[in-house]
Amino acid sequence: MVSPPAVPGVPGDPLDRPALRLARRAGLLVVVAIAIAFPFVFTNPATTSIAMFTLIYAGAATAWNMFSGFTGYMALGNAVFYGCGAYCFANITQHLHLSGGLGIFALVPLAGLFAGLVAVPVGWLALRTRRHTFVVVTIAIFFIFQLLAYNLHGLTNGSAGMSLPIPPWDAQTYNTYFYLAALVVAVIAVALSWAVRRSGFGLELLAIRDDEDRALGLGVKTSRVKLLTFVLTGVVTGMCGAIYAYYLGSIYPPFAFEAIFDVTVALMAFLGGLGSITGPVLGALILEPVQQYINLRFTSGGLALITFGVLFLIVIRFLPEGIVPSLAGILRRRLAARASAAETSPAAGPPRVGPPVGAGASGASR
Amino acid sequence: MGAELSKAVVDGILTGGVYALMAAGLTLIFGVMEIINIAQGIFVVLGAYLSYLLEVHLGIDPFLGLVITMPLMFGVGVLIEWGFVRPLEAQNRSALSILVTFAVAIVIEGILTQLFSADLKTLTAWYVDRSVHVLGFYLPYIYLLGFALAVVLLVALYLFLYRSRGGKSIRASVQNRVGAELVGININRVSALTFGIGAAVTAAGGMVFGATNSFNPNSGYDLISRLLVIIVLGGLGSIGGALVASVVALVIEDVTAVLWSPVWASTMFFAVLVVVLLVRPNGLFGRVAARAQ
Repeated sequence: MVSPPAVPGVPGDPLDRPALRLARRAGLLVVVAIAIAFPFVFTNPATTSIAMFTLIYAGAATAWNMFSGFTGYMALGNAVFYGCGAYCFANITQHLHLSGGLGIFALVPLAGLFAGLVAVPVGWLALRTRRHTFVVVTIAIFFIFQLLAYNLHGLTNGSAGMSLPIPPWDAQTYNTYFYLAALVVAVIAVALSWAVRRSGFGLELLAIRDDEDRALGLGVKTSRVKLLTFVLTGVVTGMCGAIYAYYLGSIYPPFAFEAIFDVTVALMAFLGGLGSITGPVLGALILEPVQQYINLRFTSGGLALITFGVLFLIVIRFLPEGIVPSLAGILRRRLAARASAAETSPAAGPPRVGPPVGAGASGASR
Repeated sequence: MGAELSKAVVDGILTGGVYALMAAGLTLIFGVMEIINIAQGIFVVLGAYLSYLLEVHLGIDPFLGLVITMPLMFGVGVLIEWGFVRPLEAQNRSALSILVTFAVAIVIEGILTQLFSADLKTLTAWYVDRSVHVLGFYLPYIYLLGFALAVVLLVALYLFLYRSRGGKSIRASVQNRVGAELVGININRVSALTFGIGAAVTAAGGMVFGATNSFNPNSGYDLISRLLVIIVLGGLGSIGGALVASVVALVIEDVTAVLWSPVWASTMFFAVLVVVLLVRPNGLFGRVAARAQ
């Protein structure tokens, strides 16, 4: 359903030189350092709140891309896992009568695991179908879960929602802990995505995207591979949902299972570069602050929707394959055009939107 | 219980017919263009609002108003296809079209919210609140009229597809897009025509929907989710499948409301899809019907 962008990483790939690889590693460390320092430098709660949401979406978009970008199956129901993670977290904290604080963050992986467990039957069912049917099935399952959230009062308290423990932190530092938690999850997501992409497992996924029947014929256990990746996506997305719920302090069906979430993460991945590793993060970095801004600026629902929709359309209209692969392509062509012996440092390279070459170019090898 | 059950079945069939009309448009669009038009739900709502406007400001009867709203919606469809779908590059077209049509749907929803606010509206006419006593049932006139309308339009669609050149071009494009281009069919025009038809039928469906439900711009989500379920249930691209699937799904939903509880009826609607896909991953009339057409 989604066709593959150009293949990098072949022998002689100009972007795979030792100097560049070092630059990439260094750049990565710089990015992470900046990310950690961010909330301590910009302490305005409004800013850190937006930053936290950006990280949550970065994690969720990376997770989405890990499945849909690598296998080509467009899943538009990931909010299922988001919501399941959120409600699982809410239920645990409520039943154990836990009070707010740092310790509860340890439950986030548990919520993620629960979402992963949900992903098993959901994935098994959805992955029996292909292409367009698959998309619709994920959408249908999403609506089923939303309806379940409204109707299973025992588990979710229906439309009355559930409340979560409120941590006793003061207003200045409140967001910081959530930000850091979201950062951890985002880093896990990217690391997982990178590990999957680099492994033989990742190659199997790409093979499925390119030609599933041929992959099957060559011995790739497609069902197992797809399901496993789907579950991984569920786990990460569930963790994002848990942090989201904890941050909000209360959770309701339309917020936990939100239709726009599904499309937003897909759009972020497309914008950044479908199938790349850092692309979704870039997409989130660009789109999420804009989304938050629109929500704050336009209190009237109609204008917010119109602006958001038009933004969507502009993004889709003008993105070729996404930012990261496009820039990587430009970079690659430039380097190849020069004499191969030239040992310059093109790492400083063309001005880029988003993360420095280090983090960005690691996406170049996709 | 028996009477309630029978009424549920009859209601299901009647409303199923109307959903079938809207689903037919959606599945036709998919058949020709291989894209899923997420905006179909909001098209229905738009059709309802158009009928509402005609009725409230010009006093035109909703059924008569269709003479205006259907060509209008046809135009809207053609414009959207030309403006947003056609420019998409061939690569990733299927996936991007979902995002594009979703974006278009959001924009339309935003515009409708600005124009009409989120207040619930509904169409009124002499036949909306009155029922006719038939065979021991009290059937709302609007259900019967709506069903009749759906049947008339579906027959018209059938005649168009199977008895006219335009229809033949469409069917050819469904069977084999490249082949159709090779024999000289203008795929762009066929695509625009199909999208227009798909939108035009939502004008009719929207009118009936607006008369039988109260609606606001937010109603689009529920509609598109149902329509998507129906076309997948019936088999993507199969109009006959959409017909059967609509009636089956609606009947099951209404029966569930009676036998179990109204709360779970909607969930059941979606669950039917899940159950069917376990047995037939391509829907009831999946690939087979598309070729047979």
